[in-house]
Amino acid sequence: MKIKGSLRLLLHYVAVSVRGQMQYKTSFAIGLVAQFLLMGVEWIAIWSLFARFGNLAGWTLPEVALLYGMANMAFAISETAARGFDIFGYRVVKQGDFDWLLLRPRSTALQVAGLEFRLRYLGRFAQGAVVLAWATAKLGIGWTLAKAGLAAAAILGGACMFSGLFVLQAVLSFWTTESLEILNTVTYGGVETAQYPLAIYRDWFRKFFTYVIPLACLNYFPALAILGRTDPSGVPAVIQWMSPVFGMLFLLVTLRIWDFGVRHYRSTGS
Amino acid sequence: MRPVFAIFSARFRGLLQYRAAALAGLATQFFWGLIRLMIFDAFYRSSTAPQPMDYAQVAVYIWLGQAFFALLPQWMDGEIQESLRSGTVAYEMLRPVGLYELWFARNLASRTAPVILRAVPLLAIAIPFLGLGLPASWTAAGAFCVAMVAAALLSAAIATLMTTTLLWTVSGEGIWQLLALTMWLFSGTLIPLPFFPEWLQPLVNALPFRGLMDVPFRIWSGHIPPSAVLPNLASVACWTAVIIGMGRLLIARGTRKLVVQGG
Repeated sequence: MKIKGSLRLLLHYVAVSVRGQMQYKTSFAIGLVAQFLLMGVEWIAIWSLFARFGNLAGWTLPEVALLYGMANMAFAISETAARGFDIFGYRVVKQGDFDWLLLRPRSTALQVAGLEFRLRYLGRFAQGAVVLAWATAKLGIGWTLAKAGLAAAAILGGACMFSGLFVLQAVLSFWTTESLEILNTVTYGGVETAQYPLAIYRDWFRKFFTYVIPLACLNYFPALAILGRTDPSGVPAVIQWMSPVFGMLFLLVTLRIWDFGVRHYRSTGS
Repeated sequence: MRPVFAIFSARFRGLLQYRAAALAGLATQFFWGLIRLMIFDAFYRSSTAPQPMDYAQVAVYIWLGQAFFALLPQWMDGEIQESLRSGTVAYEMLRPVGLYELWFARNLASRTAPVILRAVPLLAIAIPFLGLGLPASWTAAGAFCVAMVAAALLSAAIATLMTTTLLWTVSGEGIWQLLALTMWLFSGTLIPLPFFPEWLQPLVNALPFRGLMDVPFRIWSGHIPPSAVLPNLASVACWTAVIIGMGRLLIARGTRKLVVQGG
């Protein structure tokens, strides 16, 4: 009953936000197209580098395209769905508006998630999907049900992981009031990192994005399973197939941290 | 020149108030630089094909790109935008400085202040510890300084030209976004311009945006040899003059029919 009610409320938030954005159709369309082109421009850069170097640590352009597509689709979902947490620091805490949310008989995380759904980020999603489709065609991947399921679950798990990072960023603002730009390194920096095979990075960097933040589980491990490649560090196949779970666990952990942060919230009083 | 210094020092002092934000920004820049460096390192290890730049030159390009990232005219000056929205631009037009000069000064100052705040510590750490090589020669160092001043002027000229579009469309965000895209691609922000395919190079070299990053960075590393510095800087100067001319023309036209909003 409670879950059903929460879900209905969330859908209501989405509907309100979407209707709001549709009031400015031109602005919405420009934002959407700009997102698509922005990612297209980045893809031109990657393509140019492959035209010069031929391969990246044994990975070809279509193989990297698979990583790229998955990373960007996952990030686009979380940018849309978890934007409330992204803007939470400067838009809500700083104004003292969080007090309002605390008074309502619903979970705060749900209400913050419902603050805004930015549809323009679907431009990034579309571009990621196009690149992924191209990679699939080029590589001739035989999409069995298991492989397609793994890809879909991995994108969802990755979206959960990025959303978890946005939640962490919001938690920090309970103590600093300002939204800290520093977490951009793992959100925007994370998606940039995930566009290339994780094996190319330095050891400490790779470990950080495997064990501290499960970025490897977003696309690198699943892609190994889908492509049938082996990882130089020898990750067992079980982990590769299970990897989407870690992203979802990460979100659950950050939501616990969120609850802890809420208990320590002190209003700015403004 | 006086208004430039006044706005510059006000903006610089304002930025110094937010030290935590400045530090966070600096850390972000380091992180991006490191990711880029590792990616290029892996590319160079994967192939023996001859490349348009060597790895040391790419490292210079990447770190300077991080240090001077804020110089790109990729956002509108908030105060100018507000003055047009609220109508206070009418007072600005009464000042003893022309509207173009005022906007140009504001754009120049509000961009160089954050750049200096970021570039100085970044260079101080990247040169000894992170593989940013020193300028190829004393001549290259001198030419780099001149090219950076030219880049700042070009950036302000582009920003002011874009600001004039506000005289027609109050918000104008769409144009800015398209400009930002073009700029990222053709200034050298995403990858060093020599890495683009050969058939694209004539277009890359003809556009004004390489003056913002590519030209000064390649002068530093010696990729543009001292003998080629003058023609490169001349082309940047020409573009700057043309863009300033266009901005002045548009302001003259726009203010003639400007209807001030609000009461």
